[in-house]
Amino acid sequence: MPLTAPADWSPLRISLETSAVATLITLLIGLAAAAWRARRKGALLAFVDGICLLPLVLPPTVVGFLLLLLFGRNGPIGKELARIGASVVFSWPATVIAAAVVAFPLMYVTARAALEQVDLHFLEAARTLGASEWRIFWKVALPLAWPGILAGIILSFARALGEFGATLMLAGDIPGRTATIPIAIYFAVEDNDVRLAALWCVFDVVISLVLLSGLYYWSRSQWPSRARLAQR
Amino acid sequence: MALDVQIVKDLRDFTLNVSFSADEEPVGILGASGAGKTMLLRCIAGLERPDSGRIQLGDHVLFDKSQRVRVPARKRHIGMLFQHYALFPHKTVAQNVAFGLSRLERSEREIRLKKILERAHITGLEDRYPRELSGGEQQRAALARALSIEPDALLLDEPLSALDTHLRAQMEIQLQETFAAFQRPTLLVTHNVEEAYRMGEKLLVLSRGRVAAFGAKDEIFRHPPTLEVARVTGCKNFSQAKAVSEHEVEALDWGCRLHVAQPLPRIVGHVAIRAHQIEFAEAAGGDPKARNVFPCWLLRASETPFRMTLYLRLRQIPSDPNDGVLEADLQAEITKEKWKQFADRPQPWHVRLSPESLFVLPQY
Repeated sequence: MPLTAPADWSPLRISLETSAVATLITLLIGLAAAAWRARRKGALLAFVDGICLLPLVLPPTVVGFLLLLLFGRNGPIGKELARIGASVVFSWPATVIAAAVVAFPLMYVTARAALEQVDLHFLEAARTLGASEWRIFWKVALPLAWPGILAGIILSFARALGEFGATLMLAGDIPGRTATIPIAIYFAVEDNDVRLAALWCVFDVVISLVLLSGLYYWSRSQWPSRARLAQR
Repeated sequence: MALDVQIVKDLRDFTLNVSFSADEEPVGILGASGAGKTMLLRCIAGLERPDSGRIQLGDHVLFDKSQRVRVPARKRHIGMLFQHYALFPHKTVAQNVAFGLSRLERSEREIRLKKILERAHITGLEDRYPRELSGGEQQRAALARALSIEPDALLLDEPLSALDTHLRAQMEIQLQETFAAFQRPTLLVTHNVEEAYRMGEKLLVLSRGRVAAFGAKDEIFRHPPTLEVARVTGCKNFSQAKAVSEHEVEALDWGCRLHVAQPLPRIVGHVAIRAHQIEFAEAAGGDPKARNVFPCWLLRASETPFRMTLYLRLRQIPSDPNDGVLEADLQAEITKEKWKQFADRPQPWHVRLSPESLFVLPQY
C-alpha cells in the first residue's frame, strides 16, 4: 500500500499547535498545583488529588461530556463567555482545553513526585541562608526537580497529542480548525480512506516514539551537563 | 551576645525538654543517637516548631509561645552546618556560598565572596560542583556558606561525621580556629566524646530529651553528676554500690570494698572508674600493698596501635574459657609499654582502683 502525501496538512499543524499550547497550560497549572500540594498532609488533600487524577481514569467521553456541560451555552463558564460574545465549543480553543484537561494529571503527578523527592535539607539550608520560599522554589526546588518535571512535560505533550474522545465531543471535526491527527484518522477510516488513515497513524507513532525514547535517553544523560549549562 | 533556649517539644518516644544558655564559648552537645540533639538544633534554627518555650538570641526573641512570636528560619540569622552539608548540587561552590548574599549589590557581593572563599581556604574551587569536591572541601564550602550571612549564632550538626578519619583531626583544628574567630554562640552536636571535649568549652549532655548535665567540660568529665552522664562521657566501668563508711563503699557488682577520696553523695548509687585510670600493681611504679588492690583475671585483650584494652574479671577465675567481654567486670586501657611489663606474668594480676580516680554517683 503506497503512501502518498495528504492533500491537507492541517491536522499535523493543528495537533502540534494544540499539544504545545495545552502542554504549556498544563505546565503552569500543574506545576502550581504540585508546588502547593507537595509535602502537605491532610485527608482533604487526598480528595484534591483524586479530582486532579480523575481525567486520567475517566473515559474521554465522560471528560468531553463534562466539559460540554461546563462550556456549553448554558454551562457556568459558557454562559459567562457568551456574555462577552465568545464561544468555545467547536472552536480551536476547545481542542486545547480538552487536551489540557486530559494531560493535566500526568503533569501534576510527575511534577509533584519530582518536587517531593528533592532532599528537604537543601530547602532548609536555603531557608537558614535567608531565602524566601518563592526564591527557594525557583532557585533550589525547581532546578533539582527539573528532570522529573521535564518528564512530566513530555508525557503531557504525548498525551495531548493522542487526545481523541474529549476533543471530538467538545471541539468536533472542523477541517482546518479542530481536526487533529486522531480525529483525521477516525474520519478517514469512516470515509474508507485507509491510505490517509495509515499515513496519519505513521505520523502519530513516529512523533510519540521520538518523544518518549528521547525522554528516556535525555533523562539519563542530561543531568550533569545540563547543570553546567543552566548556570552559564 | 547570648543564646537563651528554653523549649519543650513532644517527640515520638520522649519529650524534648531543654533549657540552657550559651555565650561566646562553644558548647558541645553530647548524647547518644536519638537523644534529641539534632532536633534541638533544628528548633533553634527555626526548622522545627517547639510546642512551648522561648528562644532568644541577643536582643531578638526568636520564639516565644506565650507571646506568639515565631520568627521564620530565614529571618533568624543563624548559620547552620548540616550533617551531610546540604550543598546545592546544581550550583558551583561560588554560587553556593553566594546564595545567602543575594541582597547585596553585585560589586559588593563579589568582594564579600572573594573574602569568604579565601578565609575558608577554598579559593580555586569556585567553579567546581559539590560532587567534584573531596569531603573536606565540601565541609569547608558548607561552613563558608553558613558563615557568609555573618550569622549571630552558628549551629553544627555532627560536622565531622561524614569525613574520613585522617581528615577529621585536620578539620577539627580548622573548626576550632573558626570558633575562636567567630566569638558568638556556637553549638556543636556530636556523639563523639573526644570531639565534644576538644571542640567545646562547655558541654551539654542530652539524655532522652533532657539536659543531663551542662557546664564546663572539665568539671563534667571529672565529676559526672549522674550515671547517664558518666556513660555518655565515655566511662566504661560501673558497679552498683552502697555506702559503708564516710569514705568507703561496697561495690556490689565487683564484690569488693573501695576507698574513695571524694565525699559520698547522700544516697550512693554507683561507683565508677574510667578505663584509662585503672592501674596495675605488676607494672613499674605499682604498689601491691596499696589500698583498693584486687586480684583479676584476663578475659580478653584487644589491641590498637599504641594501646591495649583489657577485659578483666575480679574475684574469681573465669570458669568457662569462652567467657566473653560481656562477662568482664572491668575494662582497662593501658599503653603497650606498660602492658609488656607484665603480659607474661602468671595470673591473677592485681588492679588498683585508686581512691582519687574512683567517683561515686548518686542514686536518683
